[in-house]
Amino acid sequence: MEALTIVLAMGVTRGWRSALTGTGVALLALAAIVAALGPALTVIPIAVLRLVVGALLLVFGLQWLRKAILRASGWRAVRNEESVYERETAAGRAAASEERAGVDWYGFTVSFKGVLLEGLEVAFIVLTFGSTQGSIPLAVAGAVAAVVLVVVAGVVVHGPLSRVPENTLAFAVGVMLTTFGTFWGAEGAGVDWPGGDAALPVVLAFVLVMSLGYVGALRRRRRLVPA
Amino acid sequence: MKRFGLFWWDFIVGDDWRVAAGIALALGLTALLATTWTTAWIVLPLAVAAVLWLSLLRVAS
Repeated sequence: MEALTIVLAMGVTRGWRSALTGTGVALLALAAIVAALGPALTVIPIAVLRLVVGALLLVFGLQWLRKAILRASGWRAVRNEESVYERETAAGRAAASEERAGVDWYGFTVSFKGVLLEGLEVAFIVLTFGSTQGSIPLAVAGAVAAVVLVVVAGVVVHGPLSRVPENTLAFAVGVMLTTFGTFWGAEGAGVDWPGGDAALPVVLAFVLVMSLGYVGALRRRRRLVPA
Repeated sequence: MKRFGLFWWDFIVGDDWRVAAGIALALGLTALLATTWTTAWIVLPLAVAAVLWLSLLRVAS
């Protein structure tokens, strides 16, 4: 959604050709990253892979969860797609025009950077989930479906997706990444979960209840802080 | 090169490096205990809860 906001702002202010070219090149770069790293990950022994992937997912998931909890409890401002869109369009209008290879360079680079940076998170999730479950193509299909859904929603709404509860989505992603990171990380470290894979929903419930508890505790703490 | 390194540091480690350090320590401890203790699975969820709470408190205090 963040990438969609940037591309929309560039398309409206700098022209769709440069915005879509930047998006296309960034998507190709992301596909190349997944295609290059995917097969390499599948040759790593599963225990080592789960340890490394679990650790990375945990660190990554806790980043998402931390931000989502701070936003939900009022300690950090909630991201507003509408104001990001306005900021990007203002910057797009103010930037000087420079044409390179037939495209507006500013629109191209901003779109490319936005899609590549936001897409790297998706590529990371695709690679980690796909490699540990032995099906990178399935993980890629899931990610592509999500991208298509966001683009279709953007075209239908004809603007930034400001009504989507972005922080709730970030919270859910953080809970899922932290859950799988905990489960695979511990397995990779040599632990046998009681009940095997059946422990996964229990870990999910634990992470969810813990996170909601932290939101509640921080909200109470926020109320005690003088304005 | 420095900016490239900073990008990856920010991408993986994020705002609070203590979270990454805490998780690395917890995984090491889990691996150490897993060879002798069948209930070592408890270590990581508890460490996750503690590391996250401490990180949140640093912002909220």
